[in-house]
Amino acid sequence: MEQWNGGHNSGQPGGGRDHGAQGRAEPGAEGRAEPGAQGRVEPGASGPWAVEIDDLVKKFGDFVAVDHVTIRIRVGEVFGFLGPNGAGKSTVIRILCGLLRPTSGRATVHGFDVATNPEDIRRNIGYMSQKFSLYDDLTVSQNIDFYSGIYGVAKNRRAERKEYVLRMADLEERRHTMTRLLPGGWKQRLALGCAILHEPPILFLDEPTSGVDPIARRAFWDLIYDLSEAGQTVFVTTHYMDEAEYCHRLALINGGRIIAAGTPAALKDELSSRTLLQLDSSDPLESMRALKNEPEVDDVAVFGGGLHVTVQNAERASVRIHDILAANKIDIRRLERIPPSMEDVFVALIEQQARGAAEPAGSAA
Amino acid sequence: MSFQRVAAIFRKELRHIARDPRSLGLALVQPLVMLLLFGSALSLDVDRISTMVYDADQTSASRELIRQFQGSRYFEIEGFVGNTKALERAIDQNKILVGLVVPRDYAKRVAAGQNANFQILLDGSDSNTASIAMSYVNSLVQGFGNHLRADALSRHAGRTLPLPIDFQVRIWYNSSLESKNFVVPGLVAVILVVIAGMLASLTVAREWEMGTMEQLLSTPVRPAELVLAKMLGFFAVGVVDTAIAVLVGIFVFDVPFRGSLVLLAVTSCLFLCGVFFWGILISALAKTQLVAYQMGVATTFLPSFLLSGFIYSLDSMPTVVQGISHFIPARYFVTILRGIFLKGVGVEVLWGNIALLTAFMIGVFLLATWRLSQKLA
Repeated sequence: MEQWNGGHNSGQPGGGRDHGAQGRAEPGAEGRAEPGAQGRVEPGASGPWAVEIDDLVKKFGDFVAVDHVTIRIRVGEVFGFLGPNGAGKSTVIRILCGLLRPTSGRATVHGFDVATNPEDIRRNIGYMSQKFSLYDDLTVSQNIDFYSGIYGVAKNRRAERKEYVLRMADLEERRHTMTRLLPGGWKQRLALGCAILHEPPILFLDEPTSGVDPIARRAFWDLIYDLSEAGQTVFVTTHYMDEAEYCHRLALINGGRIIAAGTPAALKDELSSRTLLQLDSSDPLESMRALKNEPEVDDVAVFGGGLHVTVQNAERASVRIHDILAANKIDIRRLERIPPSMEDVFVALIEQQARGAAEPAGSAA
Repeated sequence: MSFQRVAAIFRKELRHIARDPRSLGLALVQPLVMLLLFGSALSLDVDRISTMVYDADQTSASRELIRQFQGSRYFEIEGFVGNTKALERAIDQNKILVGLVVPRDYAKRVAAGQNANFQILLDGSDSNTASIAMSYVNSLVQGFGNHLRADALSRHAGRTLPLPIDFQVRIWYNSSLESKNFVVPGLVAVILVVIAGMLASLTVAREWEMGTMEQLLSTPVRPAELVLAKMLGFFAVGVVDTAIAVLVGIFVFDVPFRGSLVLLAVTSCLFLCGVFFWGILISALAKTQLVAYQMGVATTFLPSFLLSGFIYSLDSMPTVVQGISHFIPARYFVTILRGIFLKGVGVEVLWGNIALLTAFMIGVFLLATWRLSQKLA
């Protein structure tokens, strides 16, 4: 699932900054509007942006985990944060949830500054971390009661919220089941349910679908859409490329840097001028080596069991590829033109970033 | 501080405890086992010392001497043998601790007013017991010697002469000098420390391991609320343990209880809060349960056992160690417990110790809260 080939991590900052955020609406910093423990604060009260990140930097010693990141997220948007493991996705989310302090830069969530008002932020967000943060030795119902209590859900709303969550997570029949006995997909829905008990205006989901089967992932995304339609802003990180296509807008992050941002369609348009070939052969790695110095071939990357070859002209390149691989005694099983996927976009952008940084770029493959 | 949040965490902690019957059972059974074990086995009293006699003299004078040993509650005459070899063998075989040899000319020398000798063989492999036994022999022989001398002088003078100096000993608070009276009250403190170290030191580390800690920190819960609520969860168990320890002490070990039950309850609560906060602090310092457990044992059980004055007298320790003992809260609680149980004294005497215990509790609470908020780095 995770093939991040051609990942040159030595880019210059500013390869491709957030295209989605032109306007800079300062959220009324004083627009606190008494964020009551559960009452949703009207979006207008804190400007049109649910999350604003300005030039955010987080260093751990010498390691730069987040490198001058700037992002704007609109209220009610499903915003995807896409990147390989270790790219800095979780670090950004943890800063936004007030779990880490930024080294420099500024970030506001629901109009509150993460550096100065973490407590106000915590009342207005739901956070679901990578591990399902539930108590294994409590029942489904007890977990919900616990989170209701610490999120300060009003007594008269608790029963209603609980039923909502149980219904949403399809756990009505299992309310007295010990949480540790739930299958992964159910645990994940329960974790989501616990994070939205207090109806937070902004929801942070850190790799919510990792380790969950594809059907459960699909169902989970349906839930995310429901929440978004109800007006909640959802900031979700993932390393699944297919999930990126479900987001309203995306930011691609690699090596702590945002390398592109925009709608999934816009990002793919950037690659429309290029031609992509799918190549399945008897020896993908050897094929990759053989094709690397061919002028007709712009780029080769491993995708699953095969290769994605970026070329200028499909006809001419196909002929050359057949010749070269035949000379290397490699059998071609399939060679055909394919539309670019999100993963291609991502790989291409990383390549672009690396080339812009240093010529000649050594291949990390 | 939100009551609602504290209550939610408190309920959750109680559920964790109830869901883990093994830990709960251990927390309730362990004090009993420790009490029975230490209370009865950890006897520092040396009495009924097994003794064997080789009486070579076989006179009324020698029998008079042996009677002194037979009459003492500190010595138990196991039997008589016919030679020194048999005595040595009995010591080698750990049958006896003391061998008494009365030489052939004992009566003659006593009658002649000469210096009469007899020999004591002691098993020195247990130096502590041997030195105590020796001191018993010493005082017994001294007394008997004085008695003989007074008799001789009286005979000589034709009238009864009083001893020049005599003293009457009266021991307060533990008149029979039984070590259980000394050990059991102090044991209450050690038991509570062990339980707290065992239960509380794991609590935060477990949440880190499960990933729930990060979740909690993203919610409106404040560190102070978390520390307080977790402590209250354990507190319930701690109170039951205290009650068990005190009741067993009074009714099973017959330790006198002369002071105020209310004062005992209040000071126990102070101490319990303090040690549970300490456990939570350790737990917040360690990221894994294993490390937390080891730190718990190293910082709770051992110092409380060794440096609280519970068994080992602090007065005889080097100055530096005595200084360190001032940082061990059990030290103050042991003093308070003995004061309440044995002396029946109250706040007027114990206020200093109570104040230090309170200071410890508040200090550790603040430290634990601060430490948890530091986790957000």
